[in-house]
Amino acid sequence: MSQLDINNMKNPKRAKYWWTFAAVTAFMAILYYIAFTETRLGAQRSIWESGPLLQRFFWDPFFMPEIHAKIPDYFGYMIETVAIAYAGTLMGAILAIPVGFLAAQNVGGHFSFIGKGVLNAVRAFPEILFAIIFVAAVGMGPFAGVLAISINSIGMLGKLYAEVIESIDMEIISTLKATGASKLQVLVYGVIPQVLPEFSSYALYRYEIDVRSSSVLGIVGAGGIGAPLILAANNRSFEEVGMMLFIIVLTVTVIDLISTNIRKRLV
Amino acid sequence: MVARSKKTTWWVTYQMNKEKRVPIIPAKQKLMALVILAIVISLYYLASIVTNSSPARLINGIPHIFEFVFVDLIPPNWSYYSRVLPPLLETWNIALLATSLAVIFCLPISFLAAGNINKKAWFYQTVRFLLNVLRTIPDMILAVMFVAMVGIGALAGVYALFFFSLGILVKLVSETVEAIDPGPLEAIRATGGNIFQVVWFGALPQILPQYVSYSLYVLEINVRASLVLGFVGAGGIGLILRQQMSLFNYGNIAMIIFITFIMVTIIDTVSTSLRKRLV
Amino acid sequence: MIQFRNVSLTYPNGHKGLKNINLEIKDGEFVVIVGLSGAGKSTLIRSINQMVKPTDGELLIDGENTLKFSDRRLRSFRRNIGMIFQNYNLVKRSSVLRNVLAGRLGHTGTLRSIFSLFSQEDVKLALNSLDRVGIAEKAYIRADQLSGGQQQRVSIARALTQKPKLILADEPVASLDPPTSHAVMKDLKRINKEDNITMVVNLHAIDLSMQYADRIIGLRNGEVVFDGPASSVSEQTFEDIYGRPIKEDDLVGDVSNE
Ligand SMILES: Nc1ncnc2c1ncn2[C@@H]1O[C@H](COP(=O)(O)OP(=O)(O)OP(=O)(O)O)[C@@H](O)[C@H]1O
Ligand SMILES: [Mg+2]
Repeated sequence: MSQLDINNMKNPKRAKYWWTFAAVTAFMAILYYIAFTETRLGAQRSIWESGPLLQRFFWDPFFMPEIHAKIPDYFGYMIETVAIAYAGTLMGAILAIPVGFLAAQNVGGHFSFIGKGVLNAVRAFPEILFAIIFVAAVGMGPFAGVLAISINSIGMLGKLYAEVIESIDMEIISTLKATGASKLQVLVYGVIPQVLPEFSSYALYRYEIDVRSSSVLGIVGAGGIGAPLILAANNRSFEEVGMMLFIIVLTVTVIDLISTNIRKRLV
Repeated sequence: MVARSKKTTWWVTYQMNKEKRVPIIPAKQKLMALVILAIVISLYYLASIVTNSSPARLINGIPHIFEFVFVDLIPPNWSYYSRVLPPLLETWNIALLATSLAVIFCLPISFLAAGNINKKAWFYQTVRFLLNVLRTIPDMILAVMFVAMVGIGALAGVYALFFFSLGILVKLVSETVEAIDPGPLEAIRATGGNIFQVVWFGALPQILPQYVSYSLYVLEINVRASLVLGFVGAGGIGLILRQQMSLFNYGNIAMIIFITFIMVTIIDTVSTSLRKRLV
Repeated sequence: MIQFRNVSLTYPNGHKGLKNINLEIKDGEFVVIVGLSGAGKSTLIRSINQMVKPTDGELLIDGENTLKFSDRRLRSFRRNIGMIFQNYNLVKRSSVLRNVLAGRLGHTGTLRSIFSLFSQEDVKLALNSLDRVGIAEKAYIRADQLSGGQQQRVSIARALTQKPKLILADEPVASLDPPTSHAVMKDLKRINKEDNITMVVNLHAIDLSMQYADRIIGLRNGEVVFDGPASSVSEQTFEDIYGRPIKEDDLVGDVSNE
């Protein structure tokens, strides 16, 4: 029917495909070779013998009066954890606003790269390293945790805020300017109504993340339930660890549910 | 009656004048905004008491932080790098292995957690529920548990990050699966293909770019998470970090932070640029 | 031969999609099914390969009641039925050839197919099918880089690659412009004549139906309200089937042959 020779067709991309495939495979092989030769992956106990241990984590805590007696204490720590996340997220969310505006192309103009650079640097820095620095600088306790959480929240929220600001309807802004509105008036009447729902929604989302983070900050001494948890783990009292884990899971789930609900209504 | 109405005239006039003021924002909305603001602020007040972090202390703390960074941390102890690199490599290896495992295991689970593939409602709901619970467990607590189970060392870290990232990855991938075009799946079912072929030929090509991209994203997350595993004995750089902290060896700590920061930045940059090319 | 015997289909929500259908479609026939939107055309066509399963009656294909088939038997039965969809249903990110090879999945073991180990005959067959619809040169291009008409040809090639005895086409030209519609219909007609493959095609457009069909079946509210050779059909027949006068929208418009 056509002039094509079906028996001798060739995939024109085949060679390139195989080269990419070979290169990626070789690269991955090297990475895995290093991983398996350089890192000792031996187990001191087989994971299949963990049955009794899992029982101590997930079952026994619910039937031990001495653990029950500690539940109020654990809830106290959990409240501290939630509070660290709250104070940290709120600080971060507020401070992220000016940074976000600076980083937005349509507001910061030529200077937006400064804001973007700062935000990228902050985000490249793992949260726990901030926590370590702050613990060393201001001492152990929840205050260091609040600082670490807020700095990291600025990093993420600033970037998201900048994206929201970059996507606002500039027509409205020009219309307002044309009516002779001042800069502040443009901000109040033109910009804030457009960005407020997204800003709050992202802040809530960040709060969900921060509750999870702040429950482990205690491991480096930055307050919250992480501190007693690591202590219990070091003493091998896994029933306590299990109960604290249960409280964390419960709290995080409830907070996620509430926050998701509010966020659905916001946007 | 007459006297009384006279007495209240001013009140009526006032009310009428008040009526004439056209509200810009409906009263109800205004009240709502005020209530929300009040809640947010009072919660903050409570939180700042619990955490001992009043705004005043925040502001007073800033000089301390600068002082600490510029006096204690800087300059880093440059010669310490030779002690940093081996555990840092271990950190990377833990992240790599855990991510690889998660990338492999997430595929079948993601299809089970996608409502358009797994049509058995009870099964789907169970998978979802278990994943939701898994995702509320912080990575460090998983590490604590696996250290208890298999002992101190990198293996515990690999297990911990595997489960941790599995939760994230399955959520992301199953959402992608739920968004795929059902047409091709139907077409392949109509040719007589079985369920594996429907998934492999119809669904997989559609999710492949996102799947790879999310895998890289999870690698970035795991690299960060693996830095502190050593604090609880699950391998990697966290171990020497904890040692040096308890010795208040700030020069060494600064060096650890510095090299770690460079590694994280390099991995992030490579991964981000790969991801940009994918989607 | 396809025989519907008192076939009814009730959807899970209680809607009656088909009501007591009795039909006989002979091998090699080109049957066009017409009817208003919602009349049950798709339901009828999809019940033939059980993409939806009739709830009552018997559906005999070559004398066997297909409604009694096990899952496994059903899959091997579907191998021999090609299906063409309005939206082509190609895997957009896969190459044209890979899409066409999907027509061999029923004949290829799961493991072999997963590693793309199709036999050389199958690959040749796929290329040959593409050639028959005139787009063999596009074999290695990604499916989403083709025009709508080309994509529909790929899906015809996929059906051909199944070496089917029967092709079902659910509004194959509804998303195409008039000249392309005619071209695709001609492809189907040619395949029907050359390979003696039975064609059951849903169409919206009256003029296309009259031009390409051997036989026209009219549906309304899940019931057969007309069944006769295309030559016996007039505009009046359509007005009876539709229960309303013919409108401009019911026609594709005549396009002079290329
Ligand atoms: N999965 C389903 N569940 C419930 N009802 C359905 C389902 N699919 C189709 N129906 C109903 O069955 C009737 C026939 O649908 P069908 O898709 O067969 O119509 P059609 O003739 O192909 O229409 P169109 O020309 O719009 O494609 C419609 O009323 C439709 O709403
Ligand atoms: Mg239809």
